[in-house]
Amino acid sequence: MDTVTIIALIVSSSLFAATPLIFTALGGVFSEKSGVVNIGLEGLMIIGAFTAIVFNLTFVDTFGSMTPWIALLAAMLAGGLLSLLHGVASIAFRADQVVSGVAINFLALGLSLFLVKMFYDKGQTDMIDTRFIKKDIPFLSDIPVIGDIFFSNIARPTIWAFVIAFVAWFVLYKTPFGLRLRSVGEHPMAADTMGVNVAKIRYVAVFISGLLGGLGGAVYAQSISLDFSHSTITGQGFMALAAMIFGKWHPLGAMGAAIFFGFAQSLSIVGSSIPFLENVPAVYLLIAPYVLTILALAGFIGRADAPKASGTPYIKGSR
Amino acid sequence: MSKNWTVLAVPVISVLLGLVAGAIIMLVSGNNPVAGYTALWNGAFGDSFYTGETLRQMTPYVFAGLAVAFAFRTGLFNIGVEGQLLVGWLVSVWVGLAFELPTIIHLPLAILAGAAAGAFWGFIPGFLKARLHVHEVIVTIMMNYTALHVTNYFIRDVISDGSDATDPVKETASLQSEFLQSITDFSSLHNGIYLAIIAAAIMWFMLEKTTLGYELRAVGYNQHASEYAGMSVNRNIILSMVISGAFAGVGGAMQGLGTFGNMFINSGFSGIGFDGIAVALLGGNTAIGVVLAALLFGALKVGSLNMPIESGVPNELVEIVIALIIFFVASSYMITWLLGRFKKKEAK
Amino acid sequence: MEVCDRVTVIRKGKGIGSVNVPDTNPNHLASLMVGRDVTFTTQKNEAVPAQNVLEVRDLSVNDSRGVQAVRGLNLDVRAGEIVGICGVDGNGQTELIESITGLRKATGGTISLNGKNISGFKPRKVTESGVGHIPQDRHKHGLVLDYPIGTNMVLQTYYQKPFSKAGIMNYKEVYKKASTLIKEFDVRTPSETTLARALSGGNQQKAIIGREVDRDPDLLIAAQPTRGLDVGAIEFIHRRLIEQRDNGKAVLLLSFELDEIMNVSDRIAVIYEGQIVAVVNPKETTEQELGLLMAGSTKGAGDRV
Repeated sequence: MDTVTIIALIVSSSLFAATPLIFTALGGVFSEKSGVVNIGLEGLMIIGAFTAIVFNLTFVDTFGSMTPWIALLAAMLAGGLLSLLHGVASIAFRADQVVSGVAINFLALGLSLFLVKMFYDKGQTDMIDTRFIKKDIPFLSDIPVIGDIFFSNIARPTIWAFVIAFVAWFVLYKTPFGLRLRSVGEHPMAADTMGVNVAKIRYVAVFISGLLGGLGGAVYAQSISLDFSHSTITGQGFMALAAMIFGKWHPLGAMGAAIFFGFAQSLSIVGSSIPFLENVPAVYLLIAPYVLTILALAGFIGRADAPKASGTPYIKGSR
Repeated sequence: MSKNWTVLAVPVISVLLGLVAGAIIMLVSGNNPVAGYTALWNGAFGDSFYTGETLRQMTPYVFAGLAVAFAFRTGLFNIGVEGQLLVGWLVSVWVGLAFELPTIIHLPLAILAGAAAGAFWGFIPGFLKARLHVHEVIVTIMMNYTALHVTNYFIRDVISDGSDATDPVKETASLQSEFLQSITDFSSLHNGIYLAIIAAAIMWFMLEKTTLGYELRAVGYNQHASEYAGMSVNRNIILSMVISGAFAGVGGAMQGLGTFGNMFINSGFSGIGFDGIAVALLGGNTAIGVVLAALLFGALKVGSLNMPIESGVPNELVEIVIALIIFFVASSYMITWLLGRFKKKEAK
Repeated sequence: MEVCDRVTVIRKGKGIGSVNVPDTNPNHLASLMVGRDVTFTTQKNEAVPAQNVLEVRDLSVNDSRGVQAVRGLNLDVRAGEIVGICGVDGNGQTELIESITGLRKATGGTISLNGKNISGFKPRKVTESGVGHIPQDRHKHGLVLDYPIGTNMVLQTYYQKPFSKAGIMNYKEVYKKASTLIKEFDVRTPSETTLARALSGGNQQKAIIGREVDRDPDLLIAAQPTRGLDVGAIEFIHRRLIEQRDNGKAVLLLSFELDEIMNVSDRIAVIYEGQIVAVVNPKETTEQELGLLMAGSTKGAGDRV
């Protein structure tokens, strides 16, 4: 295989694996930037994956080729609703946010598997037919070299991932809403005295994280796993969490980190096709993303400073 | 006195609320809650076999819960119990296979090896947090995945010859107990349950009665004051993760030397580590609480297997109930607030 | 008294009474608040200072941002005297105290205690060398608020006999000591096992002072010891500081209240931009002069020691 083909293969599979992580990590960024820790990203992905698969299986005849996209919307809604539970617990009931997030993970898994049993009378769903596939982007993929590498074999959701990442950046850093959101996460009391409704902003932020987390799970289910069972989402939510921290709680940083994780994961899959890597024992490729992350955190990223008010319930009137 | 009562009330009320919510879900989905919960109870304690299974299931939960609780008390979130447990499992099985020794040496050696492996797996995130301020949540998550792949590799390519499981450990390193099996109708209950209770006692003693415990809890409450007091915050963070990892590693040894007697390729995490988080929370991060919560979880998990058989309710309902219990524990502020209002009404 | 028309006095949760401002004066109000007569100026004998206990030479310390906060500072505190450091907040006082107590590493210079070099010592070694520290922020540094007040009393000594042996704590001894200190220093608490968090600021501070003074340190550093406290507690704490000084100990007082500095200190050291710019006798100076020195203007008649 020539170099361009190899690079194209790597880029394509990296982005394919990274796309769900990008969406979910962005969700995490919104929530945490507003001061609400969201360990429940895993659970949001689970409920998103579940909703998307079930919707796809049920409505594929009604919507045809548009089904996966509409399923995304359904999944986003499911994720949003689940995240509101986390929001209520963390904001209104002042629960320990880490604990609440862990509960979301348990709840999502239990609820979705319970419903799978109830709907289909078995432990896992059938596989979906209509899904996201890698295609070439018209026009752009005809550009020599660059086109082959970056614009061929890209699933459509990947493009949306980049778009939403930039939208997220714009919203957080260039709009008044984003400024209020960030201020609530750094110093809620100051924001409160300036008239910002801390609770409302946090609910909105958590809801957004639910939308995006569910979206990530739905994209994963409809492009990679193609069915839903208890082993569909096993840690991708935590990887997204790691990407968020790795990206220093910045939307573009999180996106970059997610791409890095996607790249590392794809190495283990396509490694055998790449002459350079085919002799490396599989285990090294498998653990590469994780070890590299640890090294990067220790060496280059250094102090990872969460938004200052992250994790602390805001109690009006407290110092 | 009233403070102690409240502390106990929160987990108990959370469990009750969780069960009530589970009953509602059963009703809504067309099932009979009474039949469902009866099947759950029967499946956990209905006869000596089930009771044995429940106690056996509880054993690794105790260790996982102790690991998480211990770290929590020092202000650290050890989400890496899954990985620490896996390496403890692997190393204890390896020692159980590799040596010819009398039981009195072989078994403790294998268990200690498991503890050491877990301790090492906990040392890394502890060190990185203490020295380089790296977030322990993300490092432990990474270490979980690394452990999964590394242990699978060792099983397939180092210990066995390309097979998916190791040979069973030698009898001299086994926790299996004919006595326990005979009184529980041949359940898989093994001697690890005694170790679990002992481990809980050790954790209680360490935290409440030693100078180390005084330091660890102080660091968990207030790092600045601990520094002012002359304690080494870094050393305590590292030590806490090491001890926490050791507990988890022994939990893995329980699986390797007791429950299964060997180790096999895992396609995913067992979930014991994550359940350990729930156990620790429900147990209020105390040793006795962890033991009781582990018993509850063991009962729920084992009992749930009987639910589809006896009452047609999917066993996943129990996962939902567990999740809701955790929610209620997390929202303990709400519960204590409600209790306070209730008391005020009585006073009037 | 400057703003209100009427004053209501509350003591121990009960309203004592109300007076009109024109009908009262500070002494009257203070005695209502405390329940007995309160002196505002501390009664003290003349200081009899002896040898240097603390010697700081050419000390340089950076703050948390890496900016130099202490620049070549020199300071002496002798046994049997109280040296008060006054200065506008942010002129290096905090960093000076932190470097003496081992909470921050100096970048240059030396600190010696009774002739022994303690520069760079970790907090525990500094404490063991004979230094007591009443910290500026009692909640951040001085106490573990979620511990009982009793176990807080051995915060720096828990690892020594009789409070522990071979790594095992002897909580009976801990609470015995705590009980003694609580009585001796008038710490108002329902019991020794009450969480430190539940005590009032004044009682928390009295507990801290009791703990530090009980160790009988050669050098006692008191940073903002009466911040946020009521007159009764202030008077009590000042008396204790003077008592230490009368027992031949060295006391270094840091405060932003000029009243306190002038009342309590035997010598006043003015800190400005990381250096001691003047050392004056409280009896021979005025608030105005101190204020000017704190703002950086140099004395007309040159330095006095």
